Amino acid sequence: MLTLTSPVETALHRMPAGWKLVGLALATLVVVPMTDLRWIAVAAALVVGLYLMQGVAFAKAGARMLWPLWPFLVVLAVWHAVTGDLVAGFGIALRMLTAIAIANLVTMTTRLDDLIAVVERCARPLVRIGLNPRTLAVAIALVIRFTPVLLLRAGQLMEAWRARSPRRPGWQVVAPLALSALDDAERVAEALRARGGL
Amino acid sequence: MERNVTMIALFAALIAVLGLVPKIDLISGVPITAQSLGVMLCGTVLGARRGALAVLLFVFLVALGLPLLSGGRGGLGVFAGPSVGYIVGFPFAAFVAGWVTEQWRSGVGLSAFAGAILGGIVVLYAFGIPGMALVLGKSLPEAMLLAAPFLAGDIIKAGLAGFITSGIARVRPDMVLSRS
Repeated sequence: MLTLTSPVETALHRMPAGWKLVGLALATLVVVPMTDLRWIAVAAALVVGLYLMQGVAFAKAGARMLWPLWPFLVVLAVWHAVTGDLVAGFGIALRMLTAIAIANLVTMTTRLDDLIAVVERCARPLVRIGLNPRTLAVAIALVIRFTPVLLLRAGQLMEAWRARSPRRPGWQVVAPLALSALDDAERVAEALRARGGL
Repeated sequence: MERNVTMIALFAALIAVLGLVPKIDLISGVPITAQSLGVMLCGTVLGARRGALAVLLFVFLVALGLPLLSGGRGGLGVFAGPSVGYIVGFPFAAFVAGWVTEQWRSGVGLSAFAGAILGGIVVLYAFGIPGMALVLGKSLPEAMLLAAPFLAGDIIKAGLAGFITSGIARVRPDMVLSRS
């Protein structure tokens, strides 16, 4: 299963994950309360510079990660065109994109196993309230393994639907999909128990 | 124990799949994401506690950078985006949906529908609208206006959640954990 980590190796990849998360928290605290367009523009320019420092290919991938936000930008543009303060709307949009781009930077430069290691370290005190880190690790592994499995099965159910109906597959595939997830869960639980359990 | 963990994990995967499947038409011609349907089903099928844990696991993996949100989004950036309230509200929505299904002992389909409305719409919007107001710099009534177009689709999803839950209860009665 793919993660959103960038395959383009950058200097930021080698930075410890914990530090990047602390930096993200601080940067978010600074950027989110900004209201002055000039400061927002400075922050945005800094973030763009940070992306470009990692290379053009990396910066392009970063821009692509912001693309799904376009409906919100359209809403903001229309809204502020109607109320007549496009400058304010531009500031809000730029602040949002900057905050998201900073967070994406951490996601793009930190491998999943490094993040899981940070989580495990932080979750260690939770053993006292009954959360076993091994249980959490098994659960994460199961989701990562079974998302593609269920995705494949959803595709098969939709194929089966198309073979029998002139209409497009709809919500009808959700019930058999949920059922197959329940059955899988039952079988995997049995397999785990047979191997000594959690 | 093992069963709880696998149910939680598989339903977390189910939420992801419902967001990633490209072309499920909930209303004919209008492809809307079925991800929140997955959140509702976690509650109505697995019950309050397990349902909330399944959704929490899903949100956690999104934060870790897996592209599991609808449209393949993910990573820490979504927590700075306009949908942050909805994502944070997902586990609470599932909890309330499950709680209603567990407590209101009428027909399983009807109480699942009521749970999905209360959890998947009332509770979820109570988180989602302030989040959108905050990020997009709007007042609460203005943000409500922006959320309004999704209401009809979400009511349909709640209906489907009730329907699907009662269907599952018919074929696998012992697996609807919200009722056992």
